Amino acid sequence: MNLYDVASKLDATILTPKLDLSRQVYCAYGADLLSDVLAFTRPSTLLLSGLINIQVVRTAEMAELGGIVVVRGKPVHHSLQELACACKIPLLWTELTMFESCGRLYQSGIKPCIKDAGCDCHVCPSV
Amino acid sequence: MSAPLCKKEFYIQKFDFEHAGKAASDARKLLMDYGFDQQIVRRVAIAAYEAEMNMVIHGYGGTLILEINFEYIQLVAEDNGPGISDLKLAMQEGFSTASDEIREIGFGAGMGLPNIKRCVNFLGIETKPGRGTVVTMRVNLGPDAL
Ligand SMILES: Nc1ncnc2c1ncn2[C@@H]1O[C@H](COP(=O)(O)OP(=O)(O)OP(=O)(O)O)[C@@H](O)[C@H]1O
Ligand SMILES: [Mg+2]
Repeated sequence: MNLYDVASKLDATILTPKLDLSRQVYCAYGADLLSDVLAFTRPSTLLLSGLINIQVVRTAEMAELGGIVVVRGKPVHHSLQELACACKIPLLWTELTMFESCGRLYQSGIKPCIKDAGCDCHVCPSV
Repeated sequence: MSAPLCKKEFYIQKFDFEHAGKAASDARKLLMDYGFDQQIVRRVAIAAYEAEMNMVIHGYGGTLILEINFEYIQLVAEDNGPGISDLKLAMQEGFSTASDEIREIGFGAGMGLPNIKRCVNFLGIETKPGRGTVVTMRVNLGPDAL
């Protein structure tokens, strides 16, 4: 599933229209604690978060995440959109709650970000 | 010991959440320009970012020094903050003294130092209560890279 599909599943608005959203995502992680994100995600993971500060994009940049979905309709400042664009981190925005967003993606086949989830992306180490 | 191939210093401001993460981001870009392996870059970037955020949040600001050597990439995070009174406790997953305000912006899981430990081949922390903390991190290059 690519990020356009994710956007349509979550009725999400694309906040970084200039970025290529055809990249595939295989697993996702939902969190509001950024060190957890850094500890438990792999490259290309999709992050769902209620955080809207600059640090959420910085975290995604360091961990080489596939994109960020801002959940529960939190208002996103223009500067966050600009940073996401500069860091090439696709940013989506949905009014759905964290629970429903995760649920819809799980139902669509997105895997949790754990080691034996049978992830078939090419970045996960074969564990 | 031969001189480093590259050495760069970044200055980190206390509670400056606007710019926090910029040093780690710049360090990461520099490593990518050097053409280091993606996994190496990711490990250094995560360690740098966690150390930077700790200086922003706990260390009253400080300096992050990136050094590229033949055998390893080294990061040193130096601050003149309050120090860490119980280092063993601080290294445990989940231990944090961060305030509720800090937790609201996404930090304070108590995962930063354990994260750093996982990402690097060498971690050395020197800390003196009331004086400051120096965190030295190395990621090996070449055959004994993780
Ligand atoms: N540079 C520092 N100066 C003073 N205290 C520090 C410093 N770095 C860490 N600490 C102390 O060690 C604790 C654990 O640090 P760690 O990075 O593991 O977690 P955290 O920063 O509290 O939360 P997280 O990193 O998950 O956002 C901190 O809560 C703080 O008390
Ligand atoms: Mg920390």
